This record gives sequence, C-alpha cells and structure tokens, in this order.
Amino acid sequence: MIVEEIMKTTLITLLPSNTVKEALQLMKDQQIRHIPIVDKNQKLVGLVTSNTLKNNVSWNALEDTKSFVSEKLIEDIMIKDLITAHPLDFVEEIALTFYEMKISCLPIVTGGQLVGLVTASDLLYTYIELTGANKPSSKIDIRVEDRPGILSDILFVFKKHKANVLSVLLFPDSKNENYKIVTIRVQILNPLSIIKDLKKEKFDVLWPNLPGITQ
Amino acid sequence: MKNALFVYSPEQLGYKFSESHPFNHKRLILTMDLLKKINALNDEDIIPARMATDEEIALAHDKKYIEIVKQAGKGLLTPEQTVNYGIGTEDTPIFHNMHEASSMLVGGTLQAVDAVMQGKSKHAVNLGGGLHHGFHGRASGFCIYNDSSVAIHYLRKKYNVRVLYIDTDAHHGDGVQWSFYDDPNVCTLSIHETGRYLFPGTGNVTERGSGQGYGTTFNFPIDAFTEDESFLMVYEQAIREVFEFFKPDVVFTQNGADAHYFDPLTHLYGTMNIYREIPKLAHKLAHEYCDGRWIAVGGGGYDIWRVVPRAWSYIWTEMNDFPSPTGPLPKDWLEQWQNESPVPLIPNWEDPNPLYEPIPRKAEIEEKNAQMLQKALHFIHGEMKKN
Repeated sequence: MIVEEIMKTTLITLLPSNTVKEALQLMKDQQIRHIPIVDKNQKLVGLVTSNTLKNNVSWNALEDTKSFVSEKLIEDIMIKDLITAHPLDFVEEIALTFYEMKISCLPIVTGGQLVGLVTASDLLYTYIELTGANKPSSKIDIRVEDRPGILSDILFVFKKHKANVLSVLLFPDSKNENYKIVTIRVQILNPLSIIKDLKKEKFDVLWPNLPGITQ
Repeated sequence: MKNALFVYSPEQLGYKFSESHPFNHKRLILTMDLLKKINALNDEDIIPARMATDEEIALAHDKKYIEIVKQAGKGLLTPEQTVNYGIGTEDTPIFHNMHEASSMLVGGTLQAVDAVMQGKSKHAVNLGGGLHHGFHGRASGFCIYNDSSVAIHYLRKKYNVRVLYIDTDAHHGDGVQWSFYDDPNVCTLSIHETGRYLFPGTGNVTERGSGQGYGTTFNFPIDAFTEDESFLMVYEQAIREVFEFFKPDVVFTQNGADAHYFDPLTHLYGTMNIYREIPKLAHKLAHEYCDGRWIAVGGGGYDIWRVVPRAWSYIWTEMNDFPSPTGPLPKDWLEQWQNESPVPLIPNWEDPNPLYEPIPRKAEIEEKNAQMLQKALHFIHGEMKKN
C-alpha cells in the first residue's frame, strides 16, 4: 500500500501571513490539529500543529482580542524544518518515520507542491481496515510451526469449504519463537466445519484466543 | 384484549437449508410441544403466519435481490451466479422454494405487528422470525430476508410509531442496525459476544448511528466466557437506560437463544437464568413505556434440544403473566423427544448447577464488561447532563 492511497487530499491550509488567531479558530472550527502552511503557489513552507500553538500561545488568546500573541504572524512560529514524504512512499515506511521521529503528521509533497497529508489517525484507520471486520465475518486464530508452505496448507482447508477469506495476518507467537499465530478473517457465520477440518490436519486452532482459558 | 398471540404456520418449517445445517426450525415444534404439554399454549392462542408481499419485503430489500432469491429457489440459478448475493454459500445454501419459505417468516412477523398494533393482543410472538443478519441486497449468516427490518419499516410506515429494537442474540444484530443507522425514530440495541472472533465482527460500542440517527444505535459487546451475572447486569442497566432515554411507542425484541454455554457456535457462558430474566424485564418496561406493546421474534439458537425449547417457552409464559415454570419438564415431552435428540435432554427447567468448570479469569471479564457498559452508555449520560 502506498501513501497516495491513504492520504487526505482535501487540505485545509493557511498562508504564512495569516495570524495565530486565525490558526486557532480554524483548528477549533474544523476539529483538526495540523495546518500545513503554503505560499501563494501551493508550495509547502511550514507546518503549524496544536503543539506548536500550545508552546507559543495560550488558548485564552482566542477570546482576548487585544492579546499581542494572537496577532502574531504564523511565519514567526511555524515549523520550518519539515519532515515530509512522497505519494509513492510505502505506508510501512512512513509508519516507521512516525514512530521514530515521534511526530503526529506528515505533509506529502511532490515537485515542491503540497499534495496531501497523513496524520497518525489516518495510519490507525489503515490498521483498523487491515485487521477489522468491514464485512460480516468470523475470525480464527491458529498456532502454526514456522516452516515453508504452512500457510498454503491452512488456506487449502478454507478453499475446500469455498469460504471467502477477507484478511490474513501472520505474527510471531509471544511464547515460542518456533511458532507463529495466523489470524484469518473469513466470511462465514458457522466456522465449525472448517475448524473441524483444521484440527483433523493437526492444526492448533485457538478460537477464541484468550490466554489463561482453554476451551 | 388477549394478553398475547402466538404466530405459527407449518409452512414456516420450509425454511430449511439441509439436514445437517445448524439453523433448524424444528425448534418451533419442540417449543410449541413443550408449551402445550404444560398447558400454557392452546389452539386459540395461535394465529397463522402469512406470505409477506413483494412490496412489503421491498421495504427493506432490493427488488433485484428478491428476484434472485425467487429464481434460486426455483433451481434456475447456480451458486456461482448467486454467491455475490450471499446465497449458495456454506452458511446460506440455496434450497427449494426459498423465497416462499423466507416470505412466510417475514409475514409471520408482520402478523405479530398487526395483532399488537390493531389491539388484538397486548403482545405477540413469531419465533420463526429474528433473522437479523439479512442485508438490503444480500443474504448473510443464515438469513435471507430480514423480517425484523421489514417489520420495523412497516411499523414506521403504517403506524408511524417510534420503535425500540432489542437484540439479545449472541451475534451482533448487524442487518437491523444498518437498516436504521441514520433513522432517529428507530433505536437499535444489541447485546452480543464481542466481534473479535465471533461473526459478524461488528457491534463495537463506537457504532452509535449517523446523521440524524446519531445516538439511536447502542452496542454492548460482551467478552467471550461471560456468565449469567455479568450478562444480566449489562442487560438490565442497558435496557432500562435506553428505554428511559428513547421513550419508544413499541418495543420489538429479538430473542436469539445462542448465548447459552451449550450453544455450539458461540463462546458465551449463559445458563437458563438469562432466558428466564430477559423477557421479564422487557415485559415490565413494555408496560411502563409502551402501554404493553411488545412484539417478540426468535433468532439464533443452535442447541435446539437442550436450550431453545426451554428458553423460548419463557417468552410465552411471561407474555401471559404465567409464573416462570420451574422443576421437572413434562415427562411425556422428554420421552417423546429423547429418542431423536443426539444429546441427553435436560430434565428440568433449571440447568444443572454447576453447568461447567469455573472460569479462570471471571473477575477480569466482569470488570471489562462493566467498563464496556459505561462506555456504551456514555452518550446517554452526556445527554442527561445537558438537560
């Protein structure tokens, strides 16, 4: 999955010549926490986040119209040393950037132009889409030996039942490094016959998987 | 006025996928026979179901989809042609005359609605209904037409009433929820095993409705291995507060009986206690808020021998103000059905105690459910503070 598939393209931006007060008002009205700052040619020149504002002004400045800080220009407080990404970057890579750089928002830039924005919430939503149930389905966890061909052996059972697999996740077993947990989301209410066949093939089916309780 | 009417027609038994399919409406015969043998159900209490018309079904379903169901039931389509409509799958296979059988279940629920709304009885039950997974243009999870969605649309259109839908099936009532997600005059409430493992996976507390209907969808996902006390704690507080908040004109309950320990498809650890209590409180609140108007349907329930007949009998005895039956089941009922049952029948109305080995993480599960309950009711608590 690449960045352009998940980035926001309807962008709310301000100019460096706007005031801090305007930025505060925009965040409040639009319920956003990040405003990319662009020049007249849509070139990205800075970023204002709720953190930037918190460090420069107090929210009371919004009510206090005479306040000096609220009339401050954005160009004086915006972040200019920006971390950006490209629309063709992989989502996995930018997730790592978010984690390592401890940031909450990435402007997406191509040819100097701002074309998109990805926030930590967008990344979480992508995760929800990958792991969640966007179609009616059951989930089955299977503990498997870490060896080539195992996934194919498992999925063969699902194929026999003509059951539509919606997602497959594979991750290390927290207890034993020679094993993995395969999580399969499958479009079926009654998975019992699939589970029976998996067990017949000696697969360790954990359904549901709650440590400390075995059924 | 009669306390209650019982909707049933033998044609409803035509809703049958195969001999081995877990959804088995032999449950209806077993339940009625049990009620007759305790002298709780007489022939004059029973009104027939009817076929719902295509126009009625189209209140909640796509016309193209209805056409597909009709043709599939006549053997004119192959599973390859119907699979995109959720039919011809292992869950919901094609069967002969599936449109007619499904329409009888929908029409049964409409009969129950009319009986109550036209004042023939205070309450009415159609145990053949409760097919809450059916979608607008697609079958899902054993459900072809969603009788509850059709009936609620019918209630809105014909009687212009505010409807509270309460779903205690162990699976999330997704089909009904999505049908009325943006409708502020229909409130849906579903208590179900969390979707982390169980079908259909939805029913999170954060699903609260959209647009005008925001705040009229409630979900209470309880953890796998939840037992009676925790289930009933959630049920009681949830429905009391939602009744008080929404103030419905009519209450419509879906009574899936698959949250029981014996149920093969779910992981909840309920016993017969929850099935005795669920209709009691629904009944009480129906009188407090809706002048008694209460329509009940069946739903899931896949241990058709040991669980469903007893569980569903409680709905009928409660509707009629009979005391909840206790003690031994009628001998002739046990004798008649034991031969057919693959498992030993439970000889009493109560389950054996204890029914299962103690659950190791019981306290944590209860704590988690209690937290979930507060999150799910957060919206109501916020609204109450405003007023």
